[in-house]
Amino acid sequence: MPPVLVAKGLEKRYGRVRALAGVDVEVDAGQLVGLLGPNGAGKSTLVKIACGLVRASGGAVTVAGSPAGSTSARRSLGYLAELFRFPGWMDADEVLTLHQRLASSRGGAAERVELLELVGLPDARKTRVAAMSKGMQQRLGIAQALVGSPPLLLLDEPTSALDPSGRRIVRGLLEELRRRGTSVLLNSHLLSEVELVCDHVVIVDHGRVVAAGTPDELRHQGGVEVETRSGTRRFPDARRADVPRLVRELVAAGEDVFEVRVVKSSLEDVYLEVVDE
Amino acid sequence: MTAIVLYGLRESLRRKMFAVVLVLTAGFLALYAWGTHAAFRDTRSFVGPGQEQLDPDVLAGAIVQGLAMFATLFLGAVLSVFLTLNVVRGDAEAGLLQPLVVRPVGRAQLLLARFVGGAGVAAVYVLAVYAATVAITRWAGGWTPDRVISPGVELAGAVIVVAALAVAGSVFFAPIANGIGTLMVFGAGLTAGLLGEIGHAIHSQKLEHIARIAWWVFPFDALYEDSLHRLTIDTTGFAEFVLTLGPFGGSHHAGAPMLAWAAAYLVIVGAAALAAFSVRDL
Repeated sequence: MPPVLVAKGLEKRYGRVRALAGVDVEVDAGQLVGLLGPNGAGKSTLVKIACGLVRASGGAVTVAGSPAGSTSARRSLGYLAELFRFPGWMDADEVLTLHQRLASSRGGAAERVELLELVGLPDARKTRVAAMSKGMQQRLGIAQALVGSPPLLLLDEPTSALDPSGRRIVRGLLEELRRRGTSVLLNSHLLSEVELVCDHVVIVDHGRVVAAGTPDELRHQGGVEVETRSGTRRFPDARRADVPRLVRELVAAGEDVFEVRVVKSSLEDVYLEVVDE
Repeated sequence: MTAIVLYGLRESLRRKMFAVVLVLTAGFLALYAWGTHAAFRDTRSFVGPGQEQLDPDVLAGAIVQGLAMFATLFLGAVLSVFLTLNVVRGDAEAGLLQPLVVRPVGRAQLLLARFVGGAGVAAVYVLAVYAATVAITRWAGGWTPDRVISPGVELAGAVIVVAALAVAGSVFFAPIANGIGTLMVFGAGLTAGLLGEIGHAIHSQKLEHIARIAWWVFPFDALYEDSLHRLTIDTTGFAEFVLTLGPFGGSHHAGAPMLAWAAAYLVIVGAAALAAFSVRDL
């Protein structure tokens, strides 16, 4: 299947500031892609261009084969902005009804109930936005983005206002979306979250992609640790393939081996290595 | 499109400010009824012997109705500005606009719907207040404008033009700056009308010429003056002369070309706003 989102050589300038300097990103069907980077790296700009909120200065973005910003592209995506608000006088059901109409969704009341249950707000149908906590509003925002079951979801910091239980709900939701085959571009500062749920990670810094790959590809090996009777022995340059030889050598030398660990760097280590902060 | 128009209408009507306007309008209408009653009573003893060509009821009725027209225009303009001043930049800064813009509805329809919502509410408000003042004037002194429908329609048209300027301004300016700017433009238009009235009184063609140019730049004033003109369109003689020089801008016949220009002006302002909004980063 062709990728749902393709950005090629994407550039954006705000006056003299170059927010994006030739970014290439692809999101395949059913893939969860995490977008990481420091503040001002260009992540939100990339997402906004994909939504049609911001015009690119160069390069191209297509959503489900249509140019970003076109009506057909907007039909194919759901979006949760980093900073968003719904009118305080609307209740959750009215917000979703409005977006159902705008998205031409025929899901009706059943879809609204399902979405509110999916984001953990089953009892908030008639709760006015003004009476909701920031976390509840953020979950309502995610439900709004899911209206009409778009094939691509663009989530810009969807868990920034959520408590740990809210984050767990969103993680579960992302797993459910993966099961349904929905593609997600997740822009987040929470590396552990991205590491847990994303199939592919793109790290952006100063408007450029500085690292990309699956979390496993990005996490490189950091040596081998062996627990022996005389204590932990570290072999920082050793790799997984060296483990049988190391164990043989240690046993031959009279050591009792209890445990062997292949040490891998975390995504956070990789992030800090490639990002110039 | 219907969904977003209904959203715009509800957004306009849900504002607390709208409730405040309704309360203040009720107060204004009560005071207007009291004042109009007193004006008719006092003016009947005002016309002395030899001044029979000046019908006191026409004089009092036309003047108080003219004042009511100004008040209605002012209230309607302020309402329309407050309902539309944040349509683009204000709502974008608040994060209200982005979830709507990414939907397939499109920016043009969104802007048009918000304009229809704000301008529609303000126009209905103006028509209601105008109708109330006409009814009160008739109740208090038995006087009715020579034309009843068209002055109200033109007054509503003037408010719609002001709303269009506020919507266009909202693409470029933050809400407070846009509100202040649009109300200053509104004030400038009315001031130009007053200038024309002074020019008419002192026979200064230069001032009258300036006022006519201002009509083309601010056609809401042309609509307002033409609506005043229609209140006493059939009145002649000395009464006509007195009533032409109203206290808040004179009554003048605008003519069909000016009315057509007001409609074209709306289209031009709307097209400019759409063009700017379509390329604006949010």
